This record gives sequence, C-alpha cells and structure tokens, in this order.
Amino acid sequence: MTEIAQYNFAYLDEQTKRMIRRAILKAIAIPGYQVPFASREMPMPYGWGTGGVQVTASVIGPDDVLKVIDQGADDTTNAVSIRAFFQKVANVAVTTHTGDATIIQTRHRIPEERLKAGQVLVYQVPIPEPLRFLEPRETETRKMHALEEYGLMHVKLYEDIAQHGHIATTFAYPVKVEGRYVMDPSPTPKFDNPKMHMSAALQLFGAGREKRIYAIPPHTRVESLDFEDHPFEVQRFADPCALCGGTDVYLDEVILDDRGGRMFVCSDTDHCEGRRAEGHRGHLAGEAVGA
Amino acid sequence: MTLDSIAIEGGFKDPVFDAQTMFRAIMQAMAEPGTVHHGIALTKPPAPLTPEAAGVALTLCDQDTPVWLDPALQADEAVGAWLAFHTGAPIANTPADAHFALVADPENLIGLENFAQGSQEYPDRSATLVLQVASLTGGAELLLEGPGIQHQARLSPRPMPRHFARQWAQNRARFPRGIDIVLVSREGLAALPRTTRIADQED
Repeated sequence: MTEIAQYNFAYLDEQTKRMIRRAILKAIAIPGYQVPFASREMPMPYGWGTGGVQVTASVIGPDDVLKVIDQGADDTTNAVSIRAFFQKVANVAVTTHTGDATIIQTRHRIPEERLKAGQVLVYQVPIPEPLRFLEPRETETRKMHALEEYGLMHVKLYEDIAQHGHIATTFAYPVKVEGRYVMDPSPTPKFDNPKMHMSAALQLFGAGREKRIYAIPPHTRVESLDFEDHPFEVQRFADPCALCGGTDVYLDEVILDDRGGRMFVCSDTDHCEGRRAEGHRGHLAGEAVGA
Repeated sequence: MTLDSIAIEGGFKDPVFDAQTMFRAIMQAMAEPGTVHHGIALTKPPAPLTPEAAGVALTLCDQDTPVWLDPALQADEAVGAWLAFHTGAPIANTPADAHFALVADPENLIGLENFAQGSQEYPDRSATLVLQVASLTGGAELLLEGPGIQHQARLSPRPMPRHFARQWAQNRARFPRGIDIVLVSREGLAALPRTTRIADQED
C-alpha cells in the first residue's frame, strides 16, 4: 500500500474552504440568491456533482455522518464514488440511513423521511439559473433577479397550459423563496418541492461548472410557481411501491422483461428498506427478494 | 513581550479543525437567527480584540477580504499586526471597502449604512459585521422573525449600536442589499442575517 499523496482534510485547501464558506454565509443571508464563487477543479468531471462536493467539503468535520444519494438511491455510481471520496479524504463516518446522517449530499431527490433540525442537505446542481433556458445572457438574468422581473417564467408555465392543458414541467420546477427570489430547486421531481417548504433542515445548493452557491435556511417559505386556476400539483402514482407497498412516495419504473412487464418501486432506497424491515410488503416483494 | 511575539502567538491550535468547528457554529447561527452557539475554538489575540471575535476573523478572513477595525480596535496597533500575521487580510481604510468589520465598541458604532451594502445585482458583495458584545442577555429584548426562525426567537444582546431597532428596520428595507451581523460574547455566538425582522413590541 503506497499512498501517492497526502491531501488536506476534505481535499480542499484552507483558502478555498474559506472562500466557499463566505459564499455559503451570504447565500444563507439572501435565501434563493445565487452567490458566485471560484469553483475549483475536482478529481471528477463537471456534471458529477463537483459543486455539491465542494460545498460538502467546506462544511464537513470529523464528527459528521455523511449520506450520499443519487436519484434517491445510496448504491448508484455517483453516490458510491462520492461517499468513497469523502471516506478517503476526510475519513468521516458514512451511513445510508437518512435519520442518522448529519450531512446528506443529494443528486436530484429529497429523502422521503422528514429531515430534522441540524441536518444539512447539499444539492448537486447542474444549471442553477431558472431563467437560463428562457434568457441565455447572464447579464440579463442577473438584471431580472435584481428587478424581481419574473414575468418570463410565468409565460413559460402559461405556454405549458396552452399547449398541454396543464403545467407540463415535472422536474426542476421553479420555486419562489421567501417571496423574493425565483430559484431552481435542481432537477428534483416536482414531487419533492413541498418538502423544501418550511423544512427543519438547512438546504445548500452547489453548482460547480456554473460556479454558483445558493441556500434555503430552515423554516423558510418555498412556494412553487403556479396560477390560481392551475394550482401546483405533485405527481400521483396509480399503484403503491411493488416492494414495500408504500404510497405517498416517489416511484421509479423498472423494466422487468422485453414483453412490457414493469414494476414501480421507491426511488428512495433507504425509505423502502426501512419499510420492508418493518414488515411492509408490496405485491412483488416475495419473488424479488427471495430470488 | 515585544510587539512581534504578540503578533505571532495566539492563533488557532489546529487551524483546519478549529476553523471547521468555528464555521459550523457561524453557519448554524446564520441559518437559525437568534440561537446561541457554543463550541467556539479559542484564540489568544491582543486586547481589546476578544478570543471569540478573533476566532471568527481567523475562520473567514484572508488576503481577499479587507477588514475594517472600529476606533477602539484601531487604537492598539497590536490588533492590526496580529490580524495581519494570522489572516493576511488587508486593513480597509473606509468601512465601505470592508468585507468584514470587527467592532469592539458596538455602542459607538457608526451608522450601518456606511458599510458596503452590495448592489441590487450582487447583494452578496456586502459587509459582515462582527460585534463584540458584553453579553447576549440582559439587554433590550429583540423579538426576531424571518427565515430560519420557526415562530419567534428572542435575543437580548448588550450593548448594541444606538437606535438599533430602527437602523435594522432600514437595513431590512434595503433587501436584498444590506449587511449581516455576527454577535460574539463569552457566552457564545449568534447572528442576525439581513432577512431577520425585529418585531414591534409596542403592544
């Protein structure tokens, strides 16, 4: 066993951490506003959560317990590699249990279990600017945020209704934070939007490639944009989870064969395992687990 | 002791972990205004800079962040020398240039509007004030509301800048521009981000 290099605790050098920490504090003080920061190159490509990793690295300490999820699952590539990264460079305890974690880094989901005070949820964000696909110029979107000019976003949602009869945006559904800034909640399904509202946990968002950090403090109003005659609604599922029988959870579709067979299971693997440990069973649980 | 040895001694014992502990306390204080956080990593700065305020400076300040010292701290050049050695932060000549302001005498602080407020486009380019208060209790009670506070929070720091409630309401009215405050005392650390409202207690 030869160690090639010794890194500073949590990989980043101290000056970088200070810079990110200052950005985090301003982000908390101005909820929903995107604070520019000097994003560093990380030992993983952009798009793999470099923003979230830098935020986590600046916040984490030796006493923390880290959970990393990718689309709700603890055992997918992105989650496994980021968890291994922090075990190596920060030697922190890790867990898959939502309730045991002090810091949860997430890609595109919010855990089903209600988060507690003191927990920190760190989102990996690809495109932090909710107006970017409507207005490509940063100078313009910045001015729109400065003037609180969000008419364009409502036009976009209105066009959804004109075309489809309902608001067809299903993920990265724009929210308004504390009645001021319109914010991209990262590509979480809109199913998770209500969990951001008045959450007891601190929510931090890191976009590495786009060099932005933003935040939602605990107990902060987070409203999904909508219209009086087309109120915001979350996805509904016809069947419960095929493994744990859970309802009111976000489900993933799994293809079972090449004849159209499929099942719907919890996207949040920890939640699903917890329910099965408590004895809940879905209609496919026997075969799937026993096989 | 010579001036030089005062400047060199008294930093964090363990810079990496002390700064992390301290940052978490500041972050939680900022996220939950009105709550008091302990577990402060102590430093031994020259008076009148307190160990708690110096800890905040060592955690957040470096060569990128001009620091303004109030007249009480400017009076002793050992303070500036100590900060220069431990953080590398330049001393700001005017409050408007400062990213951080360290204040030993909050009662006689100049108006909050003199500090950098950020711009409408970049409200993050605003000052963070670190006020050394004698105590977080015993002063006029501030009833706090806003993001990070479930219902209401109470904090009674003393002493505070003159006409603080009115000054703070003006700061709040400038949102998203405005300054943020970190209060430090021997009892711990609390914060007032610009989103926090001080409720009217007239009734």
